[in-house]
Formats: sequence, C-alpha cells, structure tokens
Amino acid sequence: MKCQTCDETATVHMTEIVNGKKREKHYCQDCARKQQLLKQQDLNLTAILQSVIGQNVGEATKELAQLTCPTCGIKYMEFKAAGRCGCPDDYVAFREPLMPLLERIHRGRRHVGKIPVHALQHAAAQTVLLDLRQQLRNAVEREAYEDAARLRDLIRQKEHADEHG
Amino acid sequence: MNMDSLTQSNGEWLRASGPEADIVISSRIRLARNLSSFPFTNRATTHQKAEIEQSLKARVEKLDFDPRLEYVNLAAASPLDRQVLVERQLVSRELANSEGPRGVAVAANEIISIMINEEDHIRMQVIRSGFALDDAWQDADRLDDKLEEKVPYAFSEELGYLTACPTNVGTGLRASVMLHLPALVLSKQIEKVFRALQKINLAVRGLYGEGSRASGDFYQISNQVTLGKSETQIINEIRDVIPQIIAYERQARETLTRDNRPQVLDRVKRAFGTLQNAAMMTSEETMDLLSSVRLGVNLHLIDDIDIHGVNELFIHTQPAHLQKLMGKELDSDERNSERARFLRNRLRELDGLN
Repeated sequence: MKCQTCDETATVHMTEIVNGKKREKHYCQDCARKQQLLKQQDLNLTAILQSVIGQNVGEATKELAQLTCPTCGIKYMEFKAAGRCGCPDDYVAFREPLMPLLERIHRGRRHVGKIPVHALQHAAAQTVLLDLRQQLRNAVEREAYEDAARLRDLIRQKEHADEHG
Repeated sequence: MNMDSLTQSNGEWLRASGPEADIVISSRIRLARNLSSFPFTNRATTHQKAEIEQSLKARVEKLDFDPRLEYVNLAAASPLDRQVLVERQLVSRELANSEGPRGVAVAANEIISIMINEEDHIRMQVIRSGFALDDAWQDADRLDDKLEEKVPYAFSEELGYLTACPTNVGTGLRASVMLHLPALVLSKQIEKVFRALQKINLAVRGLYGEGSRASGDFYQISNQVTLGKSETQIINEIRDVIPQIIAYERQARETLTRDNRPQVLDRVKRAFGTLQNAAMMTSEETMDLLSSVRLGVNLHLIDDIDIHGVNELFIHTQPAHLQKLMGKELDSDERNSERARFLRNRLRELDGLN
C-alpha cells in the first residue's frame, strides 16, 4: 500500500473516528513524522504504538513483544530497537516478522548467490555448539560453575570432533 | 605491521592507476561473514569475542593465500594507529572506535583487509585502484573460499549468509566504487545523479562511509540489496551504471573548460595558491582545495604537480597521518598549522620534481 501523500510504501496505518465517522489513513515513515504521528514515540513508545498502528496490527504487536530467541535470549523488541540480530538462530525465531522486513529491504526473499560447501556439511554440529555456548553463558551467570565446567568440556570435545571428523 | 612505514606510502586505493583512474579512485568488494557457533558480535561476551578473535586470527595466519596477511591487534593498538588504518580505508570507523577483543589482518600491499569482531565476526574487503570491480570480486571470492575451508560460516539455504543486520543478509556483499566528481558538483548536476541512482536502489555516500559528507567531492556508490540477487548480478548492476556517471562527469568537465575556462582556471589556481601559502589549514578545507587542484591536473590547467602527488597529499594531510608524519600528537590548532606547513613544503618539493 502506498502512502497517501507521496509514493513511498505506507508503514503507518491509522483509523480516525471523528463524530462517529471512521476514516483510514496510510502514511510512510517520513510523512507520518511530518504529520507528527510518530514524534511522540519518545514519550511512551508502547502506548503510542498501540494507538497509531491499527487495531489488528496492535494484537500482533503484543505477540511480537513476547517473541524471544530461544538460543541467544534476545527479544524481538530488542532486535527492533537496535536493528541488529543476536545470533544466527534469530532468523528462524523471528522468521514471521522478519520476512516482510527482508522483502521490503531487498525486494527478494531467497538467497541465490554463493553456497559455502563446508558450512553446509557442518551445519548441524554448529547449531549444537551455538546452543551449548549459550547454556555455558547462562551457567556462568547463575554461578553454577560445575555445570559450566561440564559444558566447557563438552564444547571442546565437539569442536575437536567437528574439526577432525 | 609497521605503522610508521605504512604511513609513508599511498596505499592501494590512492595509487591512481587502473582503468579510468582520473575519475574512479577505487573499486571495493566487502563480504560479511559470521561463525555459526557464536552469537553475533553485539551479543557476544568479552570472553566469546576473545575466542572468536583467537580462532580467526589463527586461521587467517595459516591461510594458504597470496599475498600474505599480517595481523594487527586493534585492542592493543594506539588510538592514533587505529585512526591511521581508518584513514587508509583498511578498518571501519566503527571497528576502530568499538571496544573489546578485535583486530584486522592486512596484506602488505593493502589490497586486502579482514576485520574481526566488527558488526559481523568477519568483514573482508578487497580494494583495487581504478575501475576494477571484477578483479576485486575475484580476489574476494577466492579469499572467501580459502577461509571457508576451515571456518564454518553461519548460512541458511533460504537466506544465505546470516548477518547481524538484516540489510546484509543473503550474499553479505557490498560492492562500491569511489568516484571523484568535481565537475558534476561545480555544475550543480550531482543531485540529479543521486536521484537517478537512488531510483535503481544504489546508495551514495561520502569518502569515509556511512554518514560522512562528501568532502573533496569523493562519492562512494554501492548496492543496497543483498538478498535475492547473485554476487555477479549485484556487481554487474553497479558496473553497468558507472560508465554513465563517468561520461556525465567528462561531459561536465568539457563544458566547464569550453564555456567557463577563465572561471575554472581561476578556481584551480586560487586553490593551488592557497595550499602553497596558507598558515593554517583544516583537513576539510584541504580536501576541498585539493579536489579543485586534482580537477586542474586532470584538465591540464596546471602542471606543477601530478595526480600521484595530489593523491598523496589527500592521505597525508588526514589528521592521524599528519601526526604520524610529524612524529607527535597534536591538538587541533597545532594540526592546522602543521598541515599548512606540510603542504607548503611538500608542494615546493613536488614542484621541483616536475
């Protein structure tokens, strides 16, 4: 959908009810800011987001707010605020909201370039390692040093197996 | 890596050779890669970053690759040395100014650099003088293959190389060409070129990347899309548009020398005169004046200095290079007088050579 004041893609949608009459408005980021729809975000982000973004999207936002990557523990909202993923698994965990974003950025949704032969052969073992490293980090954080030592040995063992296997 | 001897030379990107080198300064390929078994840099602990650095440093040093790469530990390097690497385009400003274990492997000829623990674990770049995107890609592709033999990359069949920022996912490739476009700026046609490039999804930036304004009339043109197109497609799209911009710039230069010769000559001569005589000089003003001089040399309006000499002045008057050459740290006022003195002396020497 296009912004109603310029040709950009509309990302801000609002429903205005004046004297019982419903009117829908669609703006791109820039125009929405000009209309001062987005400016107030700084004040109370969640509240304003809920009211500016249409009701059905509002529901989805609630779900997104709880979305967390099981591997690295980053929340979808943290990703959104910083614009950076926490680990490779985020692309799986946040797939649903990420795909439309990727399509908007790249106008494409599938990789058609180089394929690393080695990476594919080792993909499964690497995913296990990524997960173990997060477990190790959690263990250190809660000062469970016996667990941490066990995990560290396990990681070394797997690294070694992967390199020489 | 000997930073002092590095500072003396021009480096690859200012070598002023290669195809169309009067307008195309350099061509660059950058690949973003990550290790599949670690969180991305922004989410990694200091301990994890140290592990990543250690393992990648070992791989890079053992790499069977010509030219050989030398490793610089950026956490241990002085801020001035880090800044020198930024000015030489071997390290991003972000990596230089970030914290924690990080480094860069650099080839002695400065064509290749591999940054470690940037926004992505690995950012490798190949830079070539002049308009040589294909050569740069071949080197980058070969280097990537070599590294990949030993390093398990984060990769998904659907989304390609997985990167910290979704804007790089897919090929992880940024192809860019740096152009010197003084005539398009002078004739106020540069905005038109920007708009045309933006329409076809290419980005335009200044000399030192994101956010920096175009000082010295240097512009970097690069792809924005990394997913859904192959590396060759991405490179071809940029390669195909550059000759048009070169043609516009040449046309603008021709028009300037035909219709406004006295004005252009005056501008070039004044710039040269200021550089030869000023007592204080900011790096910003130096860039602008050198840009006019560079145009003058290319238009054969002055013959006191050659292109190689002008390019050398561009790099040597940058703040960190200047301090390295002077052998001491200087505050901003001291830099401005030293810079002016350096320019006066160097221009006298160069003039003597011609």
